Amino acid sequence: MTSFYQTPEPAGFTGIKSWLITFDHKRIALLYLFSILFWFLLAVTLGGLIRLELMFPGKTVLSAQMYNSVFTLHGVIMIFLFIIPALPAIFGNFFLPIHIGADDVYFPRLNLLSWYLYMAGGIVAIVSLFSDGFPDTGWTFYVPFSISTHTNVSTAVFAAFILGFSSMLTGLNFITTIHKMRAKTMGWLQLPLFTWSLYATAWVQLLATPVITITLVLVVVERLFNVGLFDPARGGDPILYQHLFWIYSHPAVYIMILPGMGVISEIIPVSARKSIFGYKAIVASSLAIAIAGSLVWAHHMYTSGMSDTAVFVFSLLTFVVAIPSAIKVFSWVATLYKGAIEMTPPLLFSLCFIYLFSVGGLTGLVLGAAGANIHVHDTHFVVAHFHFTMFGGTGFAFFAALHYWWPKMFGKMYDFKKAYIAAILVTAGFMLHYVPMFVLGLQGMPRRYYDYLPQYAAGNFFAGFGALCMIAGIGLMVVNLLASLARERTAAADDPWGGVTLEWTIPSPPPLHNFDKDPEVMDYPYDFTKVTAVGSGAGTIKPETGK
Amino acid sequence: MASESHIIEYKTLGLTLAALLVLTGVTVGAASIDLGWVNVWIALMIASVKAGFVLLVFMHMRWEGRTLQWSFLATVLFLAIMIGFIFWDVAFR
Amino acid sequence: MTAQTDPTGKKLGMWLFLYTEIVLFGGLFVLYAVYFAGYTDDFIAGAKELDLFFGVVNTIVLLISSFCVAAGITAVQKAHNRIALAGLWGALACGAVFLVNKYIEWGHKFEHGIYPGSDRLADGPAGQNLFFGLYFVITGLHGLHIIIGMTLLAVSLVLVTRQKITAQNNAMLDNSGLYWHLVDLIWIFIFPLFYLVV
Repeated sequence: MTSFYQTPEPAGFTGIKSWLITFDHKRIALLYLFSILFWFLLAVTLGGLIRLELMFPGKTVLSAQMYNSVFTLHGVIMIFLFIIPALPAIFGNFFLPIHIGADDVYFPRLNLLSWYLYMAGGIVAIVSLFSDGFPDTGWTFYVPFSISTHTNVSTAVFAAFILGFSSMLTGLNFITTIHKMRAKTMGWLQLPLFTWSLYATAWVQLLATPVITITLVLVVVERLFNVGLFDPARGGDPILYQHLFWIYSHPAVYIMILPGMGVISEIIPVSARKSIFGYKAIVASSLAIAIAGSLVWAHHMYTSGMSDTAVFVFSLLTFVVAIPSAIKVFSWVATLYKGAIEMTPPLLFSLCFIYLFSVGGLTGLVLGAAGANIHVHDTHFVVAHFHFTMFGGTGFAFFAALHYWWPKMFGKMYDFKKAYIAAILVTAGFMLHYVPMFVLGLQGMPRRYYDYLPQYAAGNFFAGFGALCMIAGIGLMVVNLLASLARERTAAADDPWGGVTLEWTIPSPPPLHNFDKDPEVMDYPYDFTKVTAVGSGAGTIKPETGK
Repeated sequence: MASESHIIEYKTLGLTLAALLVLTGVTVGAASIDLGWVNVWIALMIASVKAGFVLLVFMHMRWEGRTLQWSFLATVLFLAIMIGFIFWDVAFR
Repeated sequence: MTAQTDPTGKKLGMWLFLYTEIVLFGGLFVLYAVYFAGYTDDFIAGAKELDLFFGVVNTIVLLISSFCVAAGITAVQKAHNRIALAGLWGALACGAVFLVNKYIEWGHKFEHGIYPGSDRLADGPAGQNLFFGLYFVITGLHGLHIIIGMTLLAVSLVLVTRQKITAQNNAMLDNSGLYWHLVDLIWIFIFPLFYLVV
């Protein structure tokens, strides 16, 4: 059977060119995969540079101005070019249509346009690097500094503007696809949970992204025309900028984490050979996170000079978000309970996810409490917290998704042993990297500072050492995955994990039109009776490590 | 969504336009009476009624399915939250 | 194979896009609401300086254009090609009148030293600077949307002329019409907020 890699090529567009004009959701997903991987590795390197600089007191590898630009660039790339698009644009694009039994997304041309916008945004970001220097504002572009600094804020902001468009159009496409392209027999409560999480995410992408668009437009307008809308000398209110910024950027963290939770909700039941615990509760909590997550933006602003009433209200609402997040964690753990668990690399990453995300979530409550927040605001505690949720959460979900769906996307299985070693190395490095930051933060070390007092030296040294372990682990993981492509002997089975959602019913890699015969939709998407009945048959994992 | 084939008659459209023009006159008239801050709310209420006409008739919303109607309401709600919740801050500073 | 060509999806997609436009302008209305609450008197003084005549004419022009587009869509569905073309030409003409009005109106303001970052605004009351700042940003962004909407309508017009848009296949016209109505919808709120808060 021919896979989508052997699509007939139009004359004049052979090889790589045929990929650049493709409307196939699977090919677009792979375009995203490699471009996102590039940005991820670049931003990891930048993060490594920051840690290297901070490993020892005083100047080591970067100048102070350079340091400011590097942490801004690290943030901008990680947020706008990696973590927001990573799961929806790669795995959402590839698997959402297959999950619902469709042959593509509803707007395939728009889908390709989104990828081009993504690339354009990335290129504009690069351009801003080489003209007047990359902004030194941090990824938040707070006024008044972003309006007065001489670095090239306008271009960087324009890049974020384009990337926002790309993300918004992806969300628009997914909502339409889920509404209009589901297999005729597939009702809403037969959707796989990954698709549900993408649906909730897509709504946030759609409704929140325009707010950042207009906010960034206003920054450019201020820089060009000097209107004074945020200038206190002329009646403006800089805190309003922060409100507008976080009205998008807080929901944006749910754009980042929700698809990650969806991935984990796929991997856990498959690995435990057991129906997911609380399907409806997980669906409801995805929607609840999307809604409640849009009501809590000002908890980033407790020390900004906002009213005490607002601090009280937003603190209260912040605690509410913990409920649906906890529902998910408990459901995953309950799914594993008494399951026939089979350890695989994706499951190992998922288990690390649950642990790291829980730590991130619980430290989030420390930050959400108005009193405690004053003490740790803008310290390394915050840095550790959001890396635990965003990297320990979404990042690990991304790694888990890579290992879970890699055999389906490429038809090749990677080496399990190296994958396990990489997972352990990344996790151990992660802990060594971020746990000292919690301590440093509680001791009062501010974030984004170029240098520090001598009493913070030990913590920073450990954090830097952890960063090196982590980077080594990530390197090993990427090399291991890419190496699988080069090997012939490691072809993957159609259903290597014993999964039951629709992508496992078709060949690896999938054929051009996904389904050569009409997909058979199950009444319930996590029904493992057939898999467990076969016993050592369909679900058994035989990693044929290339010997 | 059974709306695909729904055709709105010219007459309905004409009446809607007439209503919109009358409401424009009303809102201009209302603004000429000085009621202080109440003026803004009256103007916004009339604007909402006008917007309702455009939305329901010109934009076919009356004949659309639930998906569109509910999602539109959700968008308006999101907007209301954006504007409303900011006042937790600015109204109590 | 499950290739579905459910045409209502195009409409859903367009509406989703319109939601993003609503929220986009919503961000500016947030600023308006907050600054209006803080500088009510300055905003009223600022609104008095705007020419109500232009505001009213532009409102009427946009309402008529919306009617023209809606009638044009009805005409296409009924295969009344002539009326459809007349409707679209009418809408485009109204759009052009709107832009000319806006040009004259902005021009007057510039002559009186009222433009973003001008000395007069910088030295005047803070609230008026914000009022006119928002006035230029919001009506400017709205004007940009008028231009985009007119482009879409013009494309639809060409397609109707070439019989590419018919009673069976009118998603392009429908969606252009929706976009145009939304631009009108936003103006319906801009008009009282800037011209009628006197």
